Amino acid sequence: MAGYILKRILYMIPTLIGVALLVFFLLRVVPGDIVELKLRGDGAAVSQETIEAERTRLGLNKPLYQQLGEWMVGLATFDFGKSMWTEAPVADEIGSRLGLTMQVAIMATIIAIILALPLGIISALYKDTWIDHLIRIVTIGGLAMPSFWVGMLVIIGLLYFFNWLPPLTYTPIWVDPIANLSQLIWPALAIAYRYSAVLTRMVRSSIIEVMLEDYIRTARAKGVAERLVIARHALSNALLPSITVLGLEFAFLIGGLVVTEQVFNLNGIGRLFVQAVIRNDFTLTQGIVMLIATIFIVTNLIVDVLYAYLDPRIRYGGR
Amino acid sequence: MAAFETTIPGSPASSRPSVIIDFARSQPIAAVSFLFIIALAFASAFADYVAPYDPVALDFENVLTPPAAAHWFGTDNFGRDIFTRVLYGGRTALVIGVMSSFLGSISGGIIGVVSGYFSGRFDFYVQRFIDILLSFPIIVLAVVVVAMLGRNIIFGVDINLVVAIAIPIVPKVARVVRSSALSVRELPYIDAARAAGYSNARIIFRHMVPNVFAPFIIMFAAFVAQAILLEASLSFLGLGVTEPTPAWGLMLSGNAADFYREAPWMIIFPGVAISVTVFAFNLLGDGLRDYLDPKFKL
Repeated sequence: MAGYILKRILYMIPTLIGVALLVFFLLRVVPGDIVELKLRGDGAAVSQETIEAERTRLGLNKPLYQQLGEWMVGLATFDFGKSMWTEAPVADEIGSRLGLTMQVAIMATIIAIILALPLGIISALYKDTWIDHLIRIVTIGGLAMPSFWVGMLVIIGLLYFFNWLPPLTYTPIWVDPIANLSQLIWPALAIAYRYSAVLTRMVRSSIIEVMLEDYIRTARAKGVAERLVIARHALSNALLPSITVLGLEFAFLIGGLVVTEQVFNLNGIGRLFVQAVIRNDFTLTQGIVMLIATIFIVTNLIVDVLYAYLDPRIRYGGR
Repeated sequence: MAAFETTIPGSPASSRPSVIIDFARSQPIAAVSFLFIIALAFASAFADYVAPYDPVALDFENVLTPPAAAHWFGTDNFGRDIFTRVLYGGRTALVIGVMSSFLGSISGGIIGVVSGYFSGRFDFYVQRFIDILLSFPIIVLAVVVVAMLGRNIIFGVDINLVVAIAIPIVPKVARVVRSSALSVRELPYIDAARAAGYSNARIIFRHMVPNVFAPFIIMFAAFVAQAILLEASLSFLGLGVTEPTPAWGLMLSGNAADFYREAPWMIIFPGVAISVTVFAFNLLGDGLRDYLDPKFKL
């Protein structure tokens, strides 16, 4: 098992290097750079010398290979450089917002699991009855509605019923847990809808598949109570594929937050990312993309390891 | 063509109507979704004749009117008719959605077939590159690409936006098509083609492509749905379609949020349009999958 994990961790490294290279070159093809936007953005008359001086100061005039070298060395030493816009270290810019984004993501995951497990099981056990049809319609709807729009509907609803608008400032959980949760529960719910929809579908289809297996028939034949057949024999096997979906969707969630944070005035990673991209803030954009890709890759790693732990066939299959 | 149809009874051309009827009978929901998509396509293509108002004309006499007989979906803060803008927005969504799914599937398909056909070291490097592309959430990749490419509008369509939405589709198609290419390349008729001395290009395009095509068709409707959602998100962020072009995501962005209280219809209707359209494409995709490949059916 340890060998398997080590192998997977080593496999991560080339992918991460590839991500770093790809992001670096993607951004360097951008026409225009931050300096123009920063100094001339308001239509101010700034001389060409000032522009060039600023470019030199930010290191944008260095040859490409040197910029690339600095970026890669920085990554290896966990030094992500400074934001080209605010001049604050990228790590600080990200660090001050990561907690918020992760909290919403984790809350959404918990909500999604709480919703999806019972719904998926009910839907599978009552396959092709009205309750199954109802659950399937609700879940297909979850796949179709953009999460940012769901968020807007939530806000309209809250305004209409409680006269509540998302506050402009964010209360950290350690300052006032209740204010914090009452603020973050709504964006978490908005993105959890899609998440739980995907999960419900997965739970449903894998339970239906498992229920056709021979060992379920054997268990029933030897007189195991139906409740136990489902709890012991069906669920434990059916939940395996759902773990994969859970992991993949967690990474997707971070993407969904890029848009949903705008709706709820949340100053998280997603918002920072969009700002950084619009401002051509290369260092900050690179840092955030690396972070998101790392979360994605690490999540997949954890899922694979968990999967191998739960299903010995994979561990010994020598993948 | 007509001559063939009469001389060969039961040829694919003459049995086509029955295929459609058979599909509609076994997948009624998908058939209804398909009809909806066709209706939306026609209504938005001929929006100039169908829509009751001008999508960009300002009318400060009728600002923020609630839905009523004159304005079915109400008006926005510039007095523009929302029903009209939703229809025109359908044009943007469908054109960009279909174009980018097409571009993404074709490029991904070619990469997948070629990678699977040659296998070995070439395949290994292509797969690692696909791993890299797959380690971004799609929206993150699309945002970076949009920023990188800027705007490039040809015939009223931002081609670079289409490319940005197509890129996240490429690795997904490439993966699926590669795995079916890997199994197809072991089949005897590929050996036969090789023994006959055909070129690699000919074997790939004449012998492999037609046989790895099935997953393509099955996934296409789902990709259009994904592309429409992505376009809406990008436009919402201000990185996609720009004013005054009517687009659903754009209608939800910017100052629409200032009118949560006064004019919720500004937010409700464009979102319903996105959801219903994506819903229809997803249902069509599910139906096609069940119809063409019954072993997926659960």
